[in-house]
Amino acid sequence: MENNAAGHRLEIFFRDVDLDTRGQLLRDRLNSLELSTVVEEVWLSEVYTFEGDFSLVRLQEAADLLLNPVVHDCLIDESRPLGSADLILEVGFLPGVTDNIAHSAAETLADAWGAPLEDDQGVYSSTIYYLKAAAALTVEDRRLVGRILANALIERLDWKERPRYEADQGMDCIIPRVRLGGGKKISLVDLEISEAELVALGKEGIIDHHDESGNIVRRGPLALDLPSLGVIADYFAKVEKRKPTDLELEALAQTWSEHCKHTIFAAAIDDIEEGLYKTYIKGATEKIRQERGADDICVSVFVDNSGAIIFDDDYLVTDKVETHNSPSALDPFGGSITGIVGVNRDTVGFGLGAKPIINRYGFCVADPGDQEPLYRTAGGQNQALRPRRILDGIVDGVRVGGNCSGIPTTQGFLTFHPGYKGKPLVFVGTVGLIPRKTKAGRLSHEKAARPGDYIVVLGGRVGLDGIHGATFSSEALTGGSPATAVQIGDPITQKKFTDAIVKEVRQRNLYSSITDNGAGGISCSVAEMARECNGCRVDLEKVPVKYPGMAPWEIWISESQERMTLAVPPKKWPELETLLKSRGVEALVIGEFTASGRCQVSYRGEKIMDMELEFLHNGQPAKRLLTKVRPSEENQIFLPPLTEFSLEDLFIKMFKRLNLASHAYVSTQYDFEVQGGSVLKPLVGSGQIDGFTTVVQPLPESAKGVALSQSLYPAISDLDTYAAAATAIDTAVRNLLAVGTPLSHIALLDNFCWCSSDEPERLWQLKECARACYETAICYGTPFISGKDSMYNDFRGFDRSDQPVTISVPPTILISSIGVMPDISKVRSFAFVKPGDLLYLLGSGGVEIGGSEYLALLKEEELATSEAQGQVPKFVPADQLPLYTRLQEWTAAGHFRSLYPLAQGGLAYAAGKGALAQGLGCELEIPASERPDLFLFNEYPGRFLVSVAPELGAEFEKGFAENCFTKLGRVRVDEEIVISQNGEISLQMTVSTLLAAYRSTFAGF
Amino acid sequence: MAQPKVLLLTGYGINCEEETAYAFEACGAQTAIVHVNDLIAAPKQLSDYQIFVVPGGFSYGDDTGSGNALANKMRHTLWPELMAFVAADHLVLGICNGFQVLVNLGLLPGDGDNSFGSRRVALIANRTARYECRWVNLLAAETDSVFLHGISSLSLPVAHGEGRFFAPPETLSELKQRRQIALRYVDAEIEPAQGSFPANPNGSIDDIAALSSVQGRIFGLMPHPERAFRLNQMPDWPERLALEPNSDWRQPGPGRVIFANAVKYFS
Repeated sequence: MENNAAGHRLEIFFRDVDLDTRGQLLRDRLNSLELSTVVEEVWLSEVYTFEGDFSLVRLQEAADLLLNPVVHDCLIDESRPLGSADLILEVGFLPGVTDNIAHSAAETLADAWGAPLEDDQGVYSSTIYYLKAAAALTVEDRRLVGRILANALIERLDWKERPRYEADQGMDCIIPRVRLGGGKKISLVDLEISEAELVALGKEGIIDHHDESGNIVRRGPLALDLPSLGVIADYFAKVEKRKPTDLELEALAQTWSEHCKHTIFAAAIDDIEEGLYKTYIKGATEKIRQERGADDICVSVFVDNSGAIIFDDDYLVTDKVETHNSPSALDPFGGSITGIVGVNRDTVGFGLGAKPIINRYGFCVADPGDQEPLYRTAGGQNQALRPRRILDGIVDGVRVGGNCSGIPTTQGFLTFHPGYKGKPLVFVGTVGLIPRKTKAGRLSHEKAARPGDYIVVLGGRVGLDGIHGATFSSEALTGGSPATAVQIGDPITQKKFTDAIVKEVRQRNLYSSITDNGAGGISCSVAEMARECNGCRVDLEKVPVKYPGMAPWEIWISESQERMTLAVPPKKWPELETLLKSRGVEALVIGEFTASGRCQVSYRGEKIMDMELEFLHNGQPAKRLLTKVRPSEENQIFLPPLTEFSLEDLFIKMFKRLNLASHAYVSTQYDFEVQGGSVLKPLVGSGQIDGFTTVVQPLPESAKGVALSQSLYPAISDLDTYAAAATAIDTAVRNLLAVGTPLSHIALLDNFCWCSSDEPERLWQLKECARACYETAICYGTPFISGKDSMYNDFRGFDRSDQPVTISVPPTILISSIGVMPDISKVRSFAFVKPGDLLYLLGSGGVEIGGSEYLALLKEEELATSEAQGQVPKFVPADQLPLYTRLQEWTAAGHFRSLYPLAQGGLAYAAGKGALAQGLGCELEIPASERPDLFLFNEYPGRFLVSVAPELGAEFEKGFAENCFTKLGRVRVDEEIVISQNGEISLQMTVSTLLAAYRSTFAGF
Repeated sequence: MAQPKVLLLTGYGINCEEETAYAFEACGAQTAIVHVNDLIAAPKQLSDYQIFVVPGGFSYGDDTGSGNALANKMRHTLWPELMAFVAADHLVLGICNGFQVLVNLGLLPGDGDNSFGSRRVALIANRTARYECRWVNLLAAETDSVFLHGISSLSLPVAHGEGRFFAPPETLSELKQRRQIALRYVDAEIEPAQGSFPANPNGSIDDIAALSSVQGRIFGLMPHPERAFRLNQMPDWPERLALEPNSDWRQPGPGRVIFANAVKYFS
């Protein structure tokens, strides 16, 4: 970065500061930080910094193009008068960080001026904050403010006090152009080194250079273990008879990474020779497909970027759920936006290109009120972001990514657990729609690059962002985690090529194969596609780069986003190139697919990679993992007598819990209506109560709907990962049954987010969890169609007193469900709709509260000891099938008024939400034999709260007699919620009281 | 002319073109979705159409102000053709981001006497400084809008980050005088929202949600009528089904009449 007098600054701001809403809200946010003083005013300026030669006339034209004359004023190379402000902050991106605003600005200038900017010209965006505080901000105040305004990993934050600002005549003109040393050559890596050096090579990377003090500076983790490095050394010595190049080693590290190859799921484990993935996940799907025979709904599973099931005779629906945890811990906004636009590409990259039609999300974070600091490095250095900052950032990232892409974000959840403090879990998913055949009659889920096809990359350019993303997410997060792993998505660049591919190019049959560039960049996408034809040859200098000076290995593995790789027959290339150009999409030929059996890469004529594809993909040494049984922590709980409880108090407190309170502030930021297909929305009823299942109608002329849900039970996982998986599958499936989806048209996706996966006890938990996935999925006949795992969600750092701490996520299995419902006229919500309707609890179970929200509340209230774990529900899926079969007949007939599949919070939460949705109260009678709190709050799976019209009551009781139901009461005409036992009222409250509690927790978010 | 031809713009982040085209088709129009670059390459084709639509979306990611960059591009490349189009007896519709484009182009509110081109009002960041996706109630004001013919009030969803309508006081009174304020946000009882959230979801001055040109042939609105086209898109659809299990999802939603009015204008 440089303070460049040749630069020009255009500052744009509201003429009337009353319109400066962002400033006003920022002021309120800063005043919530417990600063030593009160911030009285904040106002903002947007700044465009122009690099290079621009005449004043040009700058004035730029101003006219970039501001709105109705509300804005601007200054060119002049500082804004300070008014009463006494502190000025400027936040801009560090060099090389994606700057979408600047990108759009440059495009708008190019549109107006009829030509793009010159190579030595540039535009950069930044924001100035003018603060007026009652008293001077202390150092600690500034630290707090700085943490809100900027993320030091990607942004610069410059401060000036009034006198300095005046003396300097404003802020400095800073131009964040990337300047690389250049001249980076390919080098050979010696693997005939000591074991200690090999370990360092694997963990910290190839030696890049020595710094001024002579210390070794390495390039960042390869995440290759000793056996892998041994096999690589052996291969190059014996087969290639030379040393590997740095690029070859980096490429192997990417391809063999846990992130890409899922080595833990693939490894033999105990006596399971084929590994967990083949045996339990893919194994379940294969068995179900076989048993289904002609009724199989799967079309493309575990072979492509997404999984696909039948939608109707003409279309498939695809689904994929990804995680983006490690990047989101460092830069929550960048991590989550990159995640959501990345998983969108898994849709565009499915088959010949599916159209993204629904986004999903799930955020697992710690209590946003937790202020206890954590540090990545000893000595109070390198502070980790606080949970609130992480939550805000990841919510924003999915908002910008999803909304800008025109994909409805209908389905999602927030889950809070202290174990997510070190590393949040960010789940992002996308559902796609694709015609089963192209116009040319090709099956659209099949594709293969052919020898002679051009290798075409299109979309964004390659930069240093996202170097080592794949290997980095395969390691625990520590102080040395690479900052280049952070990147920011650019949804508009992606939207342009997505539209071009799924709306135009696909139908014209212009490519043989397509895939997305995600982890590992083109090193993975090209090498992966090369398997389809058995070879590839790349001229690396042809890859379009954001700036000069990148080393070849950096170009090869960069994960810069918004890129697809296509295999294009040479005779189709001119048509494709012309079409893409007219859609504002950059596309270039970088090589060709071959049948050489080798992956060959050259850079300016020099051969820098030339190795067998077979070794690249399958050379990794087989692992054998051993597990060790983890002793159960379940125990007996001794609860105080009921006389010490106020049921009303418990009710209110449950509805205020982080996991149960309204998260509507998130869903209303996400456009869940775009594409016009919404049927069951994320918020239910006039009360706008959070749902957990959504239904979308993808085709406006068809009554068919796509139903989506998901479920996870991390608190149960802590005790029993088998139960957590079985319960999550049951809930995810039951949620779809409740809205009228037939069990026969439901598929599942698995996301394992594990911790410390080199510890035998953690591996045993993983094995148990995978076994539950297998057994439960087979029982329900619901196949897995796609999955992803993330195995090292651990944080290693230091606490306030500089003591080392490790925070591991609870072993987390997220089950996402997707179903196709034949008729959107059968959909029901959980809202009570009519006074007098009968309420039944459908299904039976125990009252165990291990891993429940209720037990967590009792502990917080010191009504249970911290050691109390209880028992998790021991639930048998097979016992549910008769009930589910009967239930489907009733939903198909449209007999229910409402259904709530019980989950976290139990019956009480279901009844409360049913009442809140339309403001109709209810009365419930607790069976005499039950302890009220356990009856109301236990989370035993397999059950529904249903409401039925009184005239159908007799039929219901007859129809479900064998499946066990409990008659609870009825919907009231007023807004009272009344719970009684033995005829005595034990709770009475109004819907509005409960609604206020439900909405209070996140009211300030 | 029985069946009007509708040109719907796409490209650069516009994302509601397909459902908006569907709405016009279902009302009997013929539609073409045309990439902005293709229109720029052959601007004369605009004269083949009777209705020009800038659909909702996120053109240029809302960067440099929502609708601004696309409006700039169109002003530099399509202005004569646009002027010829609006001079004829044609209709122009801008929904959400399309409304922002029309405002930045100066097609709305216009300079009176069928002359256009100055930016006189603005749609700026919501008062909540946050993207808002929610259903709102709207009251039609007295205008000559072709699109709102026969409509008094309706519910539609909004989904935008920058929908706060702003106009200087003199412009505002002129808009009132010329009967150009087309829709206002109201509460559930159809009483004025008076700026209060969430009835007025963005803090628009005078609760303004939509503008009409003086002659009523150009219409821009922040809410999305194409998302309230069928009954099953309505937020109470599942609860309606619980009470009336035989409800037909194909029945019209409140947004449909806006498209039907536009098509009917040419019959």
